Amino acid sequence: MKSKCTFILGGLILAAMPLAMAQTGGLRLPKTVEAGSAFSIQSSGSGPAFLYIVGPGQVLRRKVQLGETTVFAPGDLHNAGRYLAVFVGGSSTENGAFDVTAAHQPMVLSFLAKPSRLPVDLHDGISGVVYVFDAFQNLVLVPIQVSFQLTSVTGAEQMRTALTRNGAAWTKMNSAAQEGVAKFVARVGDATSTRVIQQVPGNPCHLRMSARASGQRLAVETEPVRDCSGNPLPDGTIVTFTETYSDGESTVDVPLKRSVARADMPAYGGAKVSVATGVFIGNEIRLGTKR
Amino acid sequence: MSTDRLPAVVIATATVALIIVGTLWPIPSAIVMAGSGANLLRPSSSPQAAVEILAGEIGQQAWEKAYSSLANKSEFTELEFVRDLTGTYLSLRTYATLDSFDARPLHASADEAQVQLKLRWSSVIGAFLDTRDLRVVRTGDRWGVLWPIVKEPRVPPQVIPVNYLRWDVIYRGPEDDWGSQDVEAPHVRIVDMHPVERSGGVVIMGELLNEDVVPAFVTVKATLLAKNGSAIATEDSFDKISHVLLPKQVTPFFIAFHDVELSEVDSVHMDPSATLIAASADPVIGIEDQHFNTPPGASLSGKLVNQSGQVVNVAHVLGTFYDKSGQLVWVADQYVDRALLPQTPVSFAMSLPADIASRVSSERAIATTYSSGRFQ
Repeated sequence: MKSKCTFILGGLILAAMPLAMAQTGGLRLPKTVEAGSAFSIQSSGSGPAFLYIVGPGQVLRRKVQLGETTVFAPGDLHNAGRYLAVFVGGSSTENGAFDVTAAHQPMVLSFLAKPSRLPVDLHDGISGVVYVFDAFQNLVLVPIQVSFQLTSVTGAEQMRTALTRNGAAWTKMNSAAQEGVAKFVARVGDATSTRVIQQVPGNPCHLRMSARASGQRLAVETEPVRDCSGNPLPDGTIVTFTETYSDGESTVDVPLKRSVARADMPAYGGAKVSVATGVFIGNEIRLGTKR
Repeated sequence: MSTDRLPAVVIATATVALIIVGTLWPIPSAIVMAGSGANLLRPSSSPQAAVEILAGEIGQQAWEKAYSSLANKSEFTELEFVRDLTGTYLSLRTYATLDSFDARPLHASADEAQVQLKLRWSSVIGAFLDTRDLRVVRTGDRWGVLWPIVKEPRVPPQVIPVNYLRWDVIYRGPEDDWGSQDVEAPHVRIVDMHPVERSGGVVIMGELLNEDVVPAFVTVKATLLAKNGSAIATEDSFDKISHVLLPKQVTPFFIAFHDVELSEVDSVHMDPSATLIAASADPVIGIEDQHFNTPPGASLSGKLVNQSGQVVNVAHVLGTFYDKSGQLVWVADQYVDRALLPQTPVSFAMSLPADIASRVSSERAIATTYSSGRFQ
């Protein structure tokens, strides 16, 4: 309740003040204060008064003796932004403004890595954006060097560095040729943030199948299906077998299991069997056997 | 009388007139569907009346009455008769209600007749038709129906090992920090799309590919845009799509806009959406003996074979039809009203317009399934 009243009072004072604030009389304010650090304000005049410090999300009220120096301890002001200092009471009506800036020591990195899953061998496919914050969650606006490191499952590393601009730095990385989980790390000094990127096989590079008739049924089976980098396509990928014969057609969608798709279809003499996955078409087989 | 009241009076008069006509001269199926008084109105003194009474009892789910009226009830039990109509396993038939029926005499002699009975069932996905050709025989002064029982095959007790992949998903939690990763939504792509004018409206057909390595729940929304860029209408594919797409799977989609002319449309904004979901690669459904039947009565027929071990309660077949140049010309679909038992073929037939059928050169069918107790 008390803090609410203080805040309202501070607001009223601000509203009554002219927009263009200037440092007046003997009031001595620091031009900038680093968030979380100690600072002092020197006033002029005499007698008791109240000093209000009003800023973004924070208001301080101190009983002071005019003409003396008021000292603020480390951590008293921690939100970066423009602050107003106003003396109320006594013989003085001095006021002024100063800035609180983010601490220079980065403590927290917000790291956005996109996408979290992508095909292998993609140039500039991975983007990483880092926002640098200090210990008080203020965005650090001074340029800071950020290093990005992408380590694939084989141990191969890609390194990039970038300077922050307005608190953010970004980079792009290539996905590795081999599938697997890659660690994407952003580092500023001792502050690090890690994301996981799943590099998955790309589109199939070749798709071949064989067929074996067994009585009135036909067993069709693909060779292990791989992408152009040699990675086996993941289990569950759908492979479609289509058998076309004189007066009809049979199809079956089967998932890959250990990179191989198998299906059982009716056998028709002279039928044409084809295989496809997604929009990629594999080989065709013409059956010579009679049903 | 003021002119404001005239429409109300006309509507009221017409309503009363229709009620009188419907009461005095009801259609046969309405009589028997109306309730127990039907038998009194039309005793089974003719083959058609016997069939209509039976259909009425089926509509009222008066199984005992219907079964006891059959002339061949010694060939099967009442339970088998009920299962023939409602299905042994949970399926679209289980919760369907008889909406209406038609009984059409095919031929008749003094002691025997053939009547075609068309039962139109209402279900959650719309109506489906069950057609039975019934033999009706005279027994004394009454006629009795010989019911052509369709017994659902029983799968012998066995163990069918299934080890297909299943995907589970752990999503980002609400307590995670801003900037934390979430699982990536599946990447899907429209690989084909055609707007055509059809039946006083616009139809948008196409195909959607899941080019990712994870399963996706997909929908496609389309917005027709006028020349000035304003939206004319927005629709989605509703059930004319396979919503669950496994990796590298392709589904057709069909979006209908009614009362819109293609000439009004300047462009179409397509909005495919995909959500990562938990799914299973099982069951595998084979679509065997597909035949494209040319007009009249153009259709794609075939048999669904459940190659897995679990019962599939509802199966939905989507057909994509292409012309000689490989261009998509139509998308049709058909729900199967009976459950798919393991290794047991179940027939389906999806019809398509005669004018489209004449252009069809090839087709592709896919099946989607729903199994009770499964998350997919």
